[in-house]
Amino acid sequence: MTILDKTADVPGPHGPGDANTPLLEVRDLHVEFHTRDGVAKAVNGVNYSVKPGETLAVLGESGSGKSVSAQAVMGIIDMPPGKIPKGEILFKGQDMLKMSPEERRRIRGAKIAMIFQDALSALNPVLSVGYQLGEMFRVHQGLSRKEAKAKSIELMDRVRIPAAKQRVNDYPHQFSGGMRQRIMIAMALALEPDLIIADEPTTALDVTVQAQVMDLLAELQREYNMGLILITHDLGVVADVADKIAVMYAGRIVETAPVHELYARPAHPYTRGLLDSIPRLDQKGQELYAIKGLPPNLTRIPSGCAFNPRCPKADDICRTDLPVLHQVTEQGGGEIAGRGSACHFWKETIHG
Amino acid sequence: MGRYVARRLLQMIPVFIGSTFLIFSMMFALPGDPVKALFGEQHIDPVQVAQIKQNLGLDQPFMVQYWDYLTGLFQGDFGTQIASQRPVADVIADAFPVTVRLALFSFVFLVAVGIPLGVIAGLRPNTVTDRTLLFVALLLVSVPSFVLGYFAQYVFAFQLGWTEPNVQDSTNYGQLLLPAIVLAALSLAYVTRLTRTSVAENLRADYVRTAIAKGLPRHRVIGVHLVRNSMIPVVTFLGVEIGTLMAGAVVTEGVFNVQGVGRTVFQALIRREGSTVVGIVTLLVLVYLAASLIVDLLYAVLDPRIRYA
Repeated sequence: MTILDKTADVPGPHGPGDANTPLLEVRDLHVEFHTRDGVAKAVNGVNYSVKPGETLAVLGESGSGKSVSAQAVMGIIDMPPGKIPKGEILFKGQDMLKMSPEERRRIRGAKIAMIFQDALSALNPVLSVGYQLGEMFRVHQGLSRKEAKAKSIELMDRVRIPAAKQRVNDYPHQFSGGMRQRIMIAMALALEPDLIIADEPTTALDVTVQAQVMDLLAELQREYNMGLILITHDLGVVADVADKIAVMYAGRIVETAPVHELYARPAHPYTRGLLDSIPRLDQKGQELYAIKGLPPNLTRIPSGCAFNPRCPKADDICRTDLPVLHQVTEQGGGEIAGRGSACHFWKETIHG
Repeated sequence: MGRYVARRLLQMIPVFIGSTFLIFSMMFALPGDPVKALFGEQHIDPVQVAQIKQNLGLDQPFMVQYWDYLTGLFQGDFGTQIASQRPVADVIADAFPVTVRLALFSFVFLVAVGIPLGVIAGLRPNTVTDRTLLFVALLLVSVPSFVLGYFAQYVFAFQLGWTEPNVQDSTNYGQLLLPAIVLAALSLAYVTRLTRTSVAENLRADYVRTAIAKGLPRHRVIGVHLVRNSMIPVVTFLGVEIGTLMAGAVVTEGVFNVQGVGRTVFQALIRREGSTVVGIVTLLVLVYLAASLIVDLLYAVLDPRIRYA
């Protein structure tokens, strides 16, 4: 397949040797927005890492900072009003926040690519999909218009768009929602990046198409051994594809866990609330659980644990002391790999 | 597409007849008459006046006069000016090229200066650059064109001596430059504001964010993805503006002594030369119609979501 051809400036997929060093490591990332109503602290000290071939799901309500942290990784936050006062974003060991704008631009699209939520508005309505796909090759690899178009057709075939050759000159509005999202995926895959960030890739699609698109994404990820950050609020989507989960609330990670651990025994009251609010067939007729209250205003985040006003377990300590991300252990003290919970009462939550 | 254009062209026929009828009836309803105007301050002999009127067919009822005019028009005869005895077609042929040149000059200035200024302001909304451009634009919109015209004459012709104060030769491009810029100044403000707003709005669009996320260089994000989407409202305005620049130059042509359409219509109105006014205004109506057709077709080029059937 010509797509797999390696060109000088774009390294191919990783070999098996470096599978354990993180591809991306985010350390103590802070992002704030300076608005007329004050400083909105969207991300307040986020840490996570992704290895090649690994899928990290970032879960949270709207306003939890999950998209903003991803946009900070991409380097597409408008500054001003946005600002990154603190933190490091290490891509293959190099801090991207210290790079020049030109160095970052070369990484965007080629090494780290992003898939957006609403493909209809995220694709340019006045340019053909072939042109928009081909742009990746023309800008990053200097291919000619003709070569780029041939590559675009291959890409469209790759994401299983029927009759790619005839449709390459069509415009985004001429495709169905699922096909448009496939084009977004094709665009992100074009230069075989090492890391893909998918920001709610299936939210705008209907349920039957959601599964197809997620399967395609997971399959391509396996094939190219890419790292994937999947941003979503849909717990159902996560269960099938993710390796590990980070749950975000008010700009912080409140719980991290390998995917099945999290579903089996959550260690944070917020995660428990999320899981309890999934409609279940065996509880038909009963009232559906909902976490009471609203997510906090990011210009006035509550002191102590940001979740305390909504938490059924909240105590005095929760209103004064900000909980750190505790290492979660078994009842006997045995370590559980990759589990953490930012709750003063994590023991009671998981074992109680 | 072809059928659409044909339908639009056919629609011009009733508009053409309607506009000639309207202007003709307005000229008919105006007080004063062209034959009396011939005599100026001299004593008017009613018999002689009646005789001339009869020769010219001006004693006929309105509908008969209009019918005569229309049938003449379809044979390519625009009528004859009463005072000068020149065929109206010749008068139009003299004045139109001058005005077309002036209008095109203005138009090029408008596009070449207004759009870039708007893009510059729109890329940095609410900065010093943006606010300065807004202020200048407001100033240009509020100053009447004759004030701007005389001011430009004073500065560039009398003080700096860069150009002649008046246009001696209406075919000389250099002399037309100053009146063209003055003519464009008012519309320049609109074009700049319109472009600025459109660019500032689209700057926040999702597809611009996608273009940045693709790692495209800034000039490409702006040139390919942002500007083209932002041009749609501006093109609408520019299309109508072609007509306005041609018809609305009466004051500017007066200030700079340009022998164009504006002056000719103005003089014909004073002398109640009905056929001259109707001929020129009808042509201007056709220019408007053609311009709006071109704009509608340009939409489809700029935005593939628009298709005409």
